[in-house]
Amino acid sequence: MDLRLTEDELAFRAEVCAFVRDSLPASIREKMVAGRRLSKDDYLRWTRILAAKGWGAPHWPQEWGGAGWSPVQLSIFLDETQRGNAPELVAFGVSMVGPVIYTFGSRAQKQRFLPRIIDLSDWWCQGFSEPGAGSDLASLRTSARSDTDGWVISGQKTWTTMAQYADWIFVLARTNTQAKKQEGISFFLVDMKTPGITVKPIQTIDGGHEVNEVFFDDVRAPADALVGEENKGWDYAKFLLANERNGIARVGVSKARLDRVRQLASIPIYGSGPKIEDPFFRAKLAEVEVELKALEMTQMRIVSNRRSAGKPDPASSVLKIKGSEIQQATTELLMEVVGPYALPYRESDDMSNEPPVGPDWAAPLAPVYFNNRKVSIYGGSNEIQRSIIAKAILGL
Amino acid sequence: MDFEFSPEQELLRDNVERLMKDRYGFEARKTYQASPQGWSKSLWHDYAEMGLLGAPFAEADGGFGGGAVETMIVMEQSGKALALEPYLQTVVLCGALLKHGASEKQRTDLIGGIAAGELKLSFAHMEKQSGFDLNDVALSAVKDGNGGFVLNGEKTLVGQGDSADRLIVSGRVKGERRDRDGIGLFVVDANAPGVTRRGYPTQDGQRAAEIGFADVRVVSGGVLGSPDGALPIIERAIDETLAALAAEAVGAMSEALTMTVEYLKTRKQFGVTIGSFQALQHRAADMTVALEQARSMMYLAAMMVDEEDAAVRAKTMSAVKAQIGRSAKFIGQQAVQMHGGIAMTYEYKLGHLFKRLTMIDAAYGDADVHVRRLADGASLFA
Repeated sequence: MDLRLTEDELAFRAEVCAFVRDSLPASIREKMVAGRRLSKDDYLRWTRILAAKGWGAPHWPQEWGGAGWSPVQLSIFLDETQRGNAPELVAFGVSMVGPVIYTFGSRAQKQRFLPRIIDLSDWWCQGFSEPGAGSDLASLRTSARSDTDGWVISGQKTWTTMAQYADWIFVLARTNTQAKKQEGISFFLVDMKTPGITVKPIQTIDGGHEVNEVFFDDVRAPADALVGEENKGWDYAKFLLANERNGIARVGVSKARLDRVRQLASIPIYGSGPKIEDPFFRAKLAEVEVELKALEMTQMRIVSNRRSAGKPDPASSVLKIKGSEIQQATTELLMEVVGPYALPYRESDDMSNEPPVGPDWAAPLAPVYFNNRKVSIYGGSNEIQRSIIAKAILGL
Repeated sequence: MDFEFSPEQELLRDNVERLMKDRYGFEARKTYQASPQGWSKSLWHDYAEMGLLGAPFAEADGGFGGGAVETMIVMEQSGKALALEPYLQTVVLCGALLKHGASEKQRTDLIGGIAAGELKLSFAHMEKQSGFDLNDVALSAVKDGNGGFVLNGEKTLVGQGDSADRLIVSGRVKGERRDRDGIGLFVVDANAPGVTRRGYPTQDGQRAAEIGFADVRVVSGGVLGSPDGALPIIERAIDETLAALAAEAVGAMSEALTMTVEYLKTRKQFGVTIGSFQALQHRAADMTVALEQARSMMYLAAMMVDEEDAAVRAKTMSAVKAQIGRSAKFIGQQAVQMHGGIAMTYEYKLGHLFKRLTMIDAAYGDADVHVRRLADGASLFA
């Protein structure tokens, strides 16, 4: 047992840090630090910088453009890019549908889609949740019936993140209404330009537009839109959801946000002095740091576990629960730092020539706090994660 | 980064696990606890035979050349079994004082005896006024003119102090009571003239002693390290002790969780096992998260024990102790709650796991004390 990073791992970490420092465009870094929203172009730009370096899909098999890193290296990469305030990779392609395609897809699907995921030539979105199928995803009702030259898909998806930018959507749809609900679902790849698809924005409590409703009105998809076998879609979906254990804890995101908390807490904006001089606040900050330090080790333990390498590990539910709780705690600290000047609401980041009310850094912080309530809801709510732990780890 | 044990370490874990399983059933523990010294001499002999008592010492000093990982392995199994033997005092705490403070001759004289099971030591450090402040030492140590010292004063809550053969005693050689400088460490025969000991049981089933020192003479060979600059050695030894306590706590927490899950699977109410209730399933899941966070800190502690930068080491150990304390309280309380009435009985093991976990939190600074220390320093991620 040796829990220190090896010389090679230390050198790798230094390489990642230097790359982020030198290659991340300043305008993107500034938005990330401030907690402001990124544009589609920001994502495209950073993803293509990574792709040019060969780091666009580092966790993939090397045959399809992966970097051939160890799980520990991958953790270091995620941690340091996040701490360096780089945007996260847009997960829907590179972390969700990509692994499904290279694991279960046809040769033609792999060749067609995988290269275009890496540099975001195709922007993917996720067609899983429905108005009546959230935590109970298997009860979804969107249907796909086969006809002579392919499939006809009808129904509604919701909470579809960044569908307004997407070129393609991966869709779970019911292909057998007679079978047990998990056994009648198939997995489809659908072009967002197909007639019959309508995207409607959902504004979230922070005022932003990240998520959408996506309507399928007799959408025709070719026969090769099906991934793998018909009625096996639930297996692929479970694989997709459990596959993302590396990075689910977002340790680097929380570290970067704590850096920001300390930075802002040292600015005296009220007569009581800088927030960092309040011992009660510092104690809360220390509590979060302790949990984050432990989570960093928990993540390393789970990702470096050779016995479960390459397999979904229910321990990733531990990372999801604790990681989301810590992310939320960091945003609560931001709210405490800003104090009364959290109050003013701005319609959007770029519309106003009016001077900000209060410190110019204050406006995005309440939205960051409100927005982060999502992290314990999406990707399998924390209650679902607890049920996974109870069943799969404890055998209850 | 590698979390796997070596084959030797796996063997050590398996051996200790088997020993505890065979010899440390909860009924057996009651008989050990009822003996005059409050623990099992026969098991202490077995620990020596298995090499556990010499595990963390250098071979040159009469040990077996292990380190923090070996201590972690032994302490985790001890924690599961609620073992009562003075391993933490003798091998971990006094062992660390000797490793870092003693001369070669002192190490040769004492460590061989520890490894052979012939010598038990306790650290007599805390005083009535000192609380968790390691620098608060009033017991006076006055030079006798022959290179030795004369000790006068009192020590309190000395772990297993009533059954120790020797005591390592901290004394004020110069300066004011709370000065960092001017503290010495002295090895004293526990039965030396002028030493009085009053032993008593503690909440966690172990024992401690109040110890008085009246004109107790220490010969020059009994002075450990610098006679007036021992605080850094004490702090380092306490850091090692915190790492070992973290492992003991993780052992006790994992046992409490295992017992709780077992109970949830067997106890029936309303015609079903109570583990079928989601309210209890989710609480058990939260206990799992708390345990994994604590276990991570146990590993971090073992990794950082040998860190030479005292400030970095202390900061890490504070983080470890804070997490251990938080997890121990949550898991201990919830394990009792989910067992219901049976956990309230003295005859059942679970309540005693809870009590030991509570006392581990309270030892050497509870979670709040360590959080406050962290709050007054730089970021853990600086």
